[in-house]
Amino acid sequence: MELKSNVPEGPLEKKWDNYRFSSKLVNPANRRKFSIIIVGTGLAGGAAAATLAEQGYQVKSFCIQDTPRRAHSIAAQGGINAAKNYQNDGDSIFRLFYDTIKGGDFRSREANVYRLAQVSNEIIDQCVAQGVPFAREYGGTLANRSFGGAQVSRTFYARGQTGQQLLLGAYSALSRQIKAGRVTMYTRREMMDVVVVDGRARGITVRNIITGEIESHAADLVILGTGGYGNVYFLSTNAMASNVTAAVRAYKKGAGFANPCYVQIHPTCIPVHGDFQSKLTLMSESLRNDGRVWVPKKKGETRKAADIPENERDYYLENKYPSFGNLVPRDVASRNAKEKCDEGQGVGPTGLAVYLDFAEAIQRDGADVIFRKYGNLFQMYQKIVNVDPMKEPMMIYPAVHYTMGGLWVDYNLMTTIPGLFAIGECNFSDHGANRLGASALMQGLADGYFVIAACVANYLGTNKFAKVDETNEAFLSSRREVEDRLQKLLKNSTGGSAGKCTVDEIHKELGKLMWDYCGMARNKEGLEHALKELPGIRQKFWDKVYIPGSTKDINQSLERAGRVADFIDFAEIVVRDALARGESCGCHLREESQTEENEALRDDANYSHVAVWEYTGEGSEPKLNIEPLTFENVTPSQRSYK
Amino acid sequence: MSEINLTLKIWRQPNAEAEGKVETYSVENISTDSSFLEMLDVLNEKLTHEGVDPVAFDHDCREGICGMCGAVVNGVAHGPEKETTLCQLHMRHFKNGDTIVIEPFRSRAFPIYKDLMIDRSAFDRIIQAGGYTNVNTGGTPDANSVRISSQQLELAMDAAACIGCGACVASCPNGSAMLFTSAKVSQLALLPQGQVERKERAQAMVQCMDGEGFGHCTNTKECEAVCPKGISISNIARLNREFLKGIFTGRDD
Ligand SMILES: Cc1cc2nc3c(=O)[nH]c(=O)nc-3n(C[C@H](O)[C@H](O)[C@H](O)COP(=O)(O)OP(=O)(O)OC[C@H]3O[C@@H](n4cnc5c(N)ncnc54)[C@H](O)[C@@H]3O)c2cc1C
Ligand code: FES
Repeated sequence: MELKSNVPEGPLEKKWDNYRFSSKLVNPANRRKFSIIIVGTGLAGGAAAATLAEQGYQVKSFCIQDTPRRAHSIAAQGGINAAKNYQNDGDSIFRLFYDTIKGGDFRSREANVYRLAQVSNEIIDQCVAQGVPFAREYGGTLANRSFGGAQVSRTFYARGQTGQQLLLGAYSALSRQIKAGRVTMYTRREMMDVVVVDGRARGITVRNIITGEIESHAADLVILGTGGYGNVYFLSTNAMASNVTAAVRAYKKGAGFANPCYVQIHPTCIPVHGDFQSKLTLMSESLRNDGRVWVPKKKGETRKAADIPENERDYYLENKYPSFGNLVPRDVASRNAKEKCDEGQGVGPTGLAVYLDFAEAIQRDGADVIFRKYGNLFQMYQKIVNVDPMKEPMMIYPAVHYTMGGLWVDYNLMTTIPGLFAIGECNFSDHGANRLGASALMQGLADGYFVIAACVANYLGTNKFAKVDETNEAFLSSRREVEDRLQKLLKNSTGGSAGKCTVDEIHKELGKLMWDYCGMARNKEGLEHALKELPGIRQKFWDKVYIPGSTKDINQSLERAGRVADFIDFAEIVVRDALARGESCGCHLREESQTEENEALRDDANYSHVAVWEYTGEGSEPKLNIEPLTFENVTPSQRSYK
Repeated sequence: MSEINLTLKIWRQPNAEAEGKVETYSVENISTDSSFLEMLDVLNEKLTHEGVDPVAFDHDCREGICGMCGAVVNGVAHGPEKETTLCQLHMRHFKNGDTIVIEPFRSRAFPIYKDLMIDRSAFDRIIQAGGYTNVNTGGTPDANSVRISSQQLELAMDAAACIGCGACVASCPNGSAMLFTSAKVSQLALLPQGQVERKERAQAMVQCMDGEGFGHCTNTKECEAVCPKGISISNIARLNREFLKGIFTGRDD
C-alpha cells in the first residue's frame, strides 16, 4: 500500500493557496457532466452535497435516517471553534493550529491541521449567512466560550444545541439544492459496499431500508461522510445508527484504515446505571467552564455531597493542573477521573462517578446566569437522572465519544482507493491522538464546505473517465456479494429461536470486551486477551444470532446485525493497532508507557507515525503500513497542562 | 431505582398496505431508570427470543434532539411528560401494573410504514419549498458585520429549536403542520439574514404544506401542548402575518 500524503510544497501558510492555485479546475459549464455520490448527510456530507451541487455537479446523496436533518451531528452540544479572535485575547490561525496539533499529542499531519485552522473563520461567516442563530452578546456581536485544551475563548455556540443548528444550516442549503434538482436525495438507504471499476471507486451498493431492495448507484467518484465508529463499544454517546459499515466495506475493498485505536473517551457523561442501558448521554464539555470537578478525599465516603465540607473535598484537576484547571483536554480529564475511582474515591451507587459542581458558580454569577447558559443540559440531566444540578452536583463519568481514527486520506482527502474520498469523523486526518472540544464540527464543515470541492475538481480535472453504469460486472458482483451476506445473516433464522441469541446480546458482549481491555487504559496482556477472545465472539455471532423476518421488508434486527458483524471484524484492527502502538499518546494510554505523574508518555523515536491497516483477505492478518510524521513548524514536546 | 411490570397495547401493522391491529404484550422488571425506548428494547429482546417479529420504531439520538422517535402514548404524542420526547421519557413516570397504549403518530400526510414507523418526508418538502437563505458556500460577509440584539437572537433560537418530530401534526385534530412551518419561517423572519426572501418564503412554504395534505389551523393549541421543544404558537401568528404581507405587498418590491 502506497501512502503518499501529497502535501503541497511551500511554507505552511502558503500550502493551501499553492494547492488551490496548482490544482486542476473544472469549467462551470462542464461540471454538470460529472456525477458525485456522497454517503452521509451529517455536517461533512451535508455541507459537501450542498456545496458541490451549488457549483454545478450532479450529486446523489444518501443517508440511513428518514431525512438528512437527523444525522448524528445533530446531537453535538457545546460548540464550534474558529480563530476569529473576536475576543481580542490573543487567538490566531497559528494558535488554533498549534493547540490542535498539541491537543492531538503530535500525532497529526501539520499541513492538514493548518488548513483546518485557516478555513475555520469562513465557516462561521457561512453559517451566520445561512441564519444559524449563534449566541450573541448584549451588544449584538457573537459570543464565545472556552473549551478544553485552549487558553483563549474561541468557541461559537447556539445554546447547548450547536450541532443541531449547524446541521440544520447545512440541511437547509442541501434542501435548496434538492429543490433545484441538483441533488437527488436517497433517504433510508444503507451503503453496503463500494464498487471499484478499473481501480477507481465508481459507485456504491445500498440497501433500501423500507423495501429491502438492493440498489446500485454509479458516479464518477464517491465521498464518504459516514461518521465515527464509537459504537464498536456498544455503549457510547453516539446515535444508535452510527456505524462503521461504510468504512469497513471501503477497507475491505482496499482503503487503508488509519489509527483505529485512537478513541476519545469523554470525561463528562452521565454514568452507566443499569444493563438495560442502550446509550450514554454526554453532558457538554462547556459545563467545565463553570462546573468544578471533585471527589471526596475519604475513600468509600457515604455522606451526601452537600454534607461534605470544603476541606474534605479533592478538587483534583484544579490541584494537579493549576493553569488549565477544570479545562484540561479530555483525555487528561478522563484518565484522572478513572484514577480517582480506581483508588476508591468515586461516588454514586457504583462508585464509578465524580462530581461536577456548580454551587460556586451559582453563588458567584447568580442562578439565572448559570441556568441561562446551561439550562437545557441541566434539564436533560434531570430527565435522565431525576436530580436537579442547580441543587446537587452532577455525577459524571467518562464514556466513549469520538473516534480520531478513520479512513486514511492524503492532503486531497482521498483514500488509498482512487476516487474514494473520506470527510468528517470518518477520516483520520486532523485530530491526531486526541481531538479538542468543538473541533469536530469545525472539521466536518471545513471538509464539507471548503476543502472537498477543490479536491474533487483536481481529481476530476486530472483524470479521464470511461462511461460506467450500473450494468457493469463490478456492480453486479457487488450486489451478489451483498445479497449473499444478507442471506448468511439470516441463516440461523430457520428452526425457531430456541438456544439462539439476539444481535444486541452479542453487541453488548463485544462492547464489554472492548471497554475492559481496549478502553481508557490498555496494556499488552489485556490487548492480547481481547485479540484471543474476538474470534469466539465472531463465531458465536455467525452460529447463533437469530434475526426474525426477511430481507425483503423493513427489518431493524437485520440492519443492526449487519452493522454488528462489521463492528466485530473491525474490533480486531482496533485491538491490533492498540497493541502495535507500544507508546502512550493522547487518548491511547498504554500502561507500560507513562510518566511518573501518570501522564501519557510518547515515544517519538519509534511511533511518530500514522499506523495504516491494510486488509489482506478473510482469515488473514491485516498488514500494518506506516506514514511517518514530520514536524517542521512545531516541536513535539511532552504535553503539559500544569 | 425500582422495577415495574407493565401491560403494553401496541399498534402492529406489517406494512403500509396491511390492516393494523392492537396487540397486547407484557413486560416485567422494567427499571424505573430506563427510558421508554429502553423499555421497548426489553420487549423486543423478549419477542425475538419468542420468535416473534419485534416492534418497529424509529429512533436514533435517544437524547431528544434528532426528532426521529415518537409515538402516541396513552393518547398523547410523546407521552405524559411536558416538553419531553419519547426517548427522554423515563419509566419512573409509570406505575407498577399500568397498561400503556402505544400507537404511531397518525395523520393523512404521514403514512405508516410499519408498526410505529411513519413517513414524514412531507416535512422535508416544506423546507425545500423555502426554508433557507439563498446563499452559496463562500464569499459571505464577516459574521460580526451585522449585529443582532441578543433578545432578537433568542427569539429566533426559540423557533429554530424545532426538531421536526411531527408530534404537532399528530396531535392536531386537523392534522395541520402550521407549528412546524411557522417555526422555520419565524426563525428566518427574525434574523437580518432571512430578509431577502422573506415575502416569498411564507407563501411558498404554506402552499407546499397545503399540497402535502396537511389540514388547516383552527387554533386548538394542541400542537403547542405536546411540542417537546416548547415551540410557541406565537410563531403561527407570525407566519400568518408573513403570509399576508406576502400577498398584499406582492412578490417583488
Ligand atoms: C453527544 C455528542 C456531542 C458532541 N458535541 C460536539 C461539540 O460540541 N463540538 C464538536 O466539535 N463536536 C462534537 N461532537 C462530535 C461531532 O458531533 C461529530 O464528530 C460530527 O458531528 C460528525 O459529523 P460527520 O458529518 O462526520 O458524521 P455524522 O454526523 O455521524 O453523519 C454520518 C452520516 O452518515 C450516514 N451513514 C453512516 N453510515 C452509513 C451507511 N452505511 N450508509 C448510508 N449512510 C450512512 C448517516 O446516516 C449520517 O447521515 C459531539 C458528538 C456527540 C456524540
Ligand atoms: S431518538 Fe432522537 S429525539 Fe428521540
